[in-house]
Amino acid sequence: MRFLLIEDNKGLSQAITERLELDGHIVDGVSDVSSANTMQNLTSYDLILLDLTLPDGDGREVLRHLRNINDLTPIIVITASREISERVKTLDLGADDFLVKPFDFAELEARVRAVLRRKRGDARNQIEIGNVSFDQLDGTLTIDGEPVTLRTQELRLFEALVDAPDRVHSKEHLMDRLFSFGDEGSSNAIEVYIGRLRRKLEHSNLKIETVRGRGYRILCP
Amino acid sequence: MRVIAAAIAFLTSFGWAQAFEIEDQKFYGFEDSKDVVKIISTSDIEIFEPLLLAFVNKYPSVGVDYTVASSQQVFKAVYDEQAEFDLVISSAMDLQMKIANDNLARQHISEATQRLPEGAKWRDRVFAFTYETAVFLISRSAFHQSEVPLSRRALVELVRQNTDRFSGRIGTYDIRISGLGYLLATQDSLSSQTYWRLTEVFGLAGTRLYCCSADMIRDVEQGRLAFAYNVLDSYALRKVAEGKPNVQIVEFSDFQTSIMRTALIPKNVKNEEAAEAMLDFLVTLADRPNLALSTGMNPIIEGEPKSKKLLSSVTLGPSLLVFLDSMKRSDFVNSWVSSMRIWQESN
Amino acid sequence: MSVATSTPIKGSVQRRLVLQLIFVALILTVLFVLAVRLVGERIAQSAQDSALFAAAASIASSMHSDNGELQLDLPHSAFAMLEAISEDSIFYRVSVGSRTVTGDDELSVITPASPLAERAYATEEFRGEPVRILTVPRALDVEGVFTNVSITLAHTRQGFHSTVSQIQSIATGVGIGFFIVSVALCLLASQSALKPLKSLVNAIERRGPEDLRPVNREVPSEVAPLITALNSFIVRLSGSLDKAEEFIAEAAHRIRTPMALVQTNAEIALRFAETSKSRGKIREIIVAARESSRSASQLLDHATVAFRAENPQLAPISLSELIERSISRFFPIAEMKGITLTVSPTKSNVIVAVDSLLMQSAIGNVLDNAIKYSESDTTVDISYGVLNDYGFINISDQGPGFSDGDIKHATELFFRGKKTESTEGTGLGLKIVSDALNVHNGRLEITKNGERGSCVSLQLPLHS
Repeated sequence: MRFLLIEDNKGLSQAITERLELDGHIVDGVSDVSSANTMQNLTSYDLILLDLTLPDGDGREVLRHLRNINDLTPIIVITASREISERVKTLDLGADDFLVKPFDFAELEARVRAVLRRKRGDARNQIEIGNVSFDQLDGTLTIDGEPVTLRTQELRLFEALVDAPDRVHSKEHLMDRLFSFGDEGSSNAIEVYIGRLRRKLEHSNLKIETVRGRGYRILCP
Repeated sequence: MRVIAAAIAFLTSFGWAQAFEIEDQKFYGFEDSKDVVKIISTSDIEIFEPLLLAFVNKYPSVGVDYTVASSQQVFKAVYDEQAEFDLVISSAMDLQMKIANDNLARQHISEATQRLPEGAKWRDRVFAFTYETAVFLISRSAFHQSEVPLSRRALVELVRQNTDRFSGRIGTYDIRISGLGYLLATQDSLSSQTYWRLTEVFGLAGTRLYCCSADMIRDVEQGRLAFAYNVLDSYALRKVAEGKPNVQIVEFSDFQTSIMRTALIPKNVKNEEAAEAMLDFLVTLADRPNLALSTGMNPIIEGEPKSKKLLSSVTLGPSLLVFLDSMKRSDFVNSWVSSMRIWQESN
Repeated sequence: MSVATSTPIKGSVQRRLVLQLIFVALILTVLFVLAVRLVGERIAQSAQDSALFAAAASIASSMHSDNGELQLDLPHSAFAMLEAISEDSIFYRVSVGSRTVTGDDELSVITPASPLAERAYATEEFRGEPVRILTVPRALDVEGVFTNVSITLAHTRQGFHSTVSQIQSIATGVGIGFFIVSVALCLLASQSALKPLKSLVNAIERRGPEDLRPVNREVPSEVAPLITALNSFIVRLSGSLDKAEEFIAEAAHRIRTPMALVQTNAEIALRFAETSKSRGKIREIIVAARESSRSASQLLDHATVAFRAENPQLAPISLSELIERSISRFFPIAEMKGITLTVSPTKSNVIVAVDSLLMQSAIGNVLDNAIKYSESDTTVDISYGVLNDYGFINISDQGPGFSDGDIKHATELFFRGKKTESTEGTGLGLKIVSDALNVHNGRLEITKNGERGSCVSLQLPLHS
C-alpha cells in the first residue's frame, strides 16, 4: 500500500517509514502542513498517517482541509495524547482512526486493515492462490468457493506465508509477525499453528512445507 | 358649776351630749341589735319612715337610729363637731358638698353607686338618690283659676299690682335659718334676673318667712298663705296625695329649679358595712317603684326629674361652695334681708 | 457528585439584621413612649395650672374695696370652670399677709420665687390629699393704702392623674402599634436589603461545577471585594488547571515521541537480527521500551483521571452507549491478538449519570488489562444490567485471573498480581478504575471468572 506519512520528528518519521517498508509498503514522508497539501494534490494515497503536532500548524487543519475538499482518503491520526476527548474531537473532524504514540506496529496494521475494510465498500480485494481465495481485509478464506473458518492467528500465519509464497519464512520471523511481542508464547506455538493451518488447508491445492533448520514456506501449484 | 361643766365635758367626750340641735329621733328594727346604723337626716320621719321600715325588713339584724335636724344643724354636727354618725342625709346639697370637698366623707364604690348618672355623685363621696323640684304652691281659695301666674314674671306683675291682697300672705324660706332655703335662693339668683325683682316685690307686699317646707305647706293648705314660693315638691305632693283640695302645685313655664337629696358616709363612721348597705339601698330606690311611689320620692337611677317643663338642675360639684363663702353669703343675705325688711318693719 | 464539604454555618445575616432592627425599634419605641409620657405630664400639668390661674385671676378681679375694707365677690364662673375640667376638691384662700380675708385658713400660701413673679405653684398635701396650689399675688388700692393680697387656689390631683394616665395609655398603645409596624417594616426592609445577596447566591448556585467563568454580575459594594477575590481565585484556578492540562499534554508528547522512536527502531532491528542472541537482546529492549511507555501512559492517565475527578461533568447516559463508545477502539487490537470481544446486555435502557470521558477511560483501562492478559482464542465478554440500585458493567476475561489474596490489593497503587509478573505493566490500571468509580459513588468488585480468568465489575448508581 501507498502511505503518506505526515510526521515532523525526523527520527520517528524515518523509523516508521523503514518499518512499513519492511512489510512491503511504499511510504512518502513529509514534515509540515504545506508539503502535506502539495503531496496530497500530486498523488493519491491508500492511507494517510497524520501527526497532529506539526511545526507550521496543527495537523487538524490538514484534516479539515482534506475533508472540506471531499477527499476521502482514509486518515489515521497519530498523536501522543491519550485523551479520549482528543480522540473524539479528531474523529469528529473526519479522521478514520486514532493511534496513540508509541504504538505497536501490529496495532497499526490492525487498525489500517479495519479502516480500509470500512472504506472499500463493495470492492473486493481478493488474492487467489491455487484454489484458495483469500480476502486480506476481511480475513476470510474460501477453498473452491467453500468458506473455511480460520482463527485469527491462523489467518495471520497464512497471510505471512502468502505474502512471499516461495520464500522461506523463519520461525522467528513468523513469531514476530504473529505475536505482538507482548505475548511471548512458547516456541512451539508456531508448530501448533502450522499444524492447524495444514489441517484447514487439507482440501486446498496449497501445501505448507517445513524446511528443516530454516523455517516454513507455502507452495502453490 | 364646775361639776356640771365637768359632767357636760365628760358626757360630751362620749358624744352623748351634743352642741347641735335635733328635731326628732326614732329607732327602727331589732331593739337589742348590736349592728346599728346611726343616721342623721334633714328629712322628716313622716317622709322617710317607709324607706326605713323597708330597710329593716330587708336586713332584720340591723337596727336604725334615725335622727332629724335642720340642714344647718346637720352640717354643724358633721363638719364642725364631727359627731359620730354612720350616714348623713340632707337636701342641702351645698352643705353636703362642703363636707365631701373637705375630705370629711368616706369614699364608697359599689355596683349600685356606679349606676348613678353624671352629676349625681361626686368623687364617690357624696351620692344623690332623689330628685327634688322647687315648686310654686298656691291656695286654691286665694286665686281664680284665670289669674294663676304661670311664670315668674307673671307672678311679679300679679303681686306688684295686688300688694294689699297678698300682704302677709306670701310664704318662703327664711334663708338665714334654712340651709335648703338659702340653696334654692342662691341657685334661683344664678338662673334668672327675675329673682331679685321677685324678692323685692315679696318684701314690698309683705312675706312670712319659714324654717321648713311642712309649715309653709300647712299654712297654704289652711288658707293663711295665698302661695308659697320654692316648696319642695315631694312634700307638696304628699299633701296633694292626701287629698287636700286647697293645695295646688303650679309649674312655672320659665324654669323649675331641681335639686337632689344626697347622702354621704362621714369619715369617722363606726358601722361602715351597715352604712354602705343603707346607702346602696337608698340609691337603688328605683328598683322598688312601689316604695318610691308610697314615699312620693323621685328616685334618680334610670329616672329623670319628672317634669314637663324646663329644668334648671343643680348638680353636685364644688361650684356649690361659692355661695358658702362667708363674704359672699353675707353679701347675699344682706341684700335679701334689705328686700324683705320692708315688710317686717312696716309690720 | 464530588464530595461537597458542607460549609459550617454560624448565624444568619438576615436574622442578625432583623433582630438588630427590631432591637432598635424596641429602643425607639420605649424612648418614644417615655418621651410622650414625660411631655404629656408636662402638658397636662401646664393645662391644669393654666386653668387654675384663670380661675384665680377671675377671683382676683372680683376683689374691690368697700368702706376701707377688702371685699371679695367670689365668682361662680371660676369654680364652675374648674368643676367642668375635673372632679376634684377645690380650696381657696384670700389673705393679706397672714390674715385670712376669706376662705380656708389652713391653706398654705406659696411664696413666689421672685418678687416680680405673677404666680407661684406648689404641690403639697392638704386635708389628707395631695393638692396643686397656686398663689397669685395682687396689689390692691384700699382707700389709698396699697395692700398686697394673695389669692391662693388649690385643687386635688384626681383630674391631673386621670389625664396623665390617659396620655400614658395612648402613648403606650401608639408605642405598641408603632413597634408592630416597625417590626413588619424591619422584616420587609431586611428582605429587600438582602435581595441582591440572595440573587447573587442563586446565580452562583445555578452554575455547574465545571463553570469557571468569572462572576460577572453587578454586586453590592460590601460583597464586591469578596467577588473580586473569588474571581481572581477562579482565574488562578483556571490558569492552574490549564497549566496542568498543558503540562500533561506536553509531558505526554515529550515522553512518547522518543519512546515511539525507540520501539520502532527496535522492531526494525529485530527484523535484521541474525543471531538468536541478538534477537533475544533486542526483544528485551522492546519489552523494556514498551514497559516504560505503558508506565508513562498509565501515569498520565492516572493524573488525568485524578484531575478530571475534581470537576466531573455528569450527564445521563445509557450503559449500552457508554460501553459502545468505550470498546470501539479495542476491536482492531482484540482481533489482532485473536481475542473475541463480546457484548452481552441483560437489560436495556439502563441509565446512569456519569462523566462519560472518565468512565470511558476506566472501562478502557479494564479492557486494556483484560486484552493484555488474555491469550489468543479466548473471549473477553462485556455484560451490563441492573443489580439492586446499581447499574453494572462486568468485564470478564479468560486470562490468568487473580489469586484470592491479590483481589484485596488489586486496586492499590502499583500493585501487580502474582500471576502477571511475566507481562509488563505498572499496576496502575485498576487504581485508575477505582478512582473513576469513586467519583461517581460507584463500586468496584473483582471476582474469579469460574475456573479461569477474572471478572471486573464496575457498579454505578442508577440515574433517578
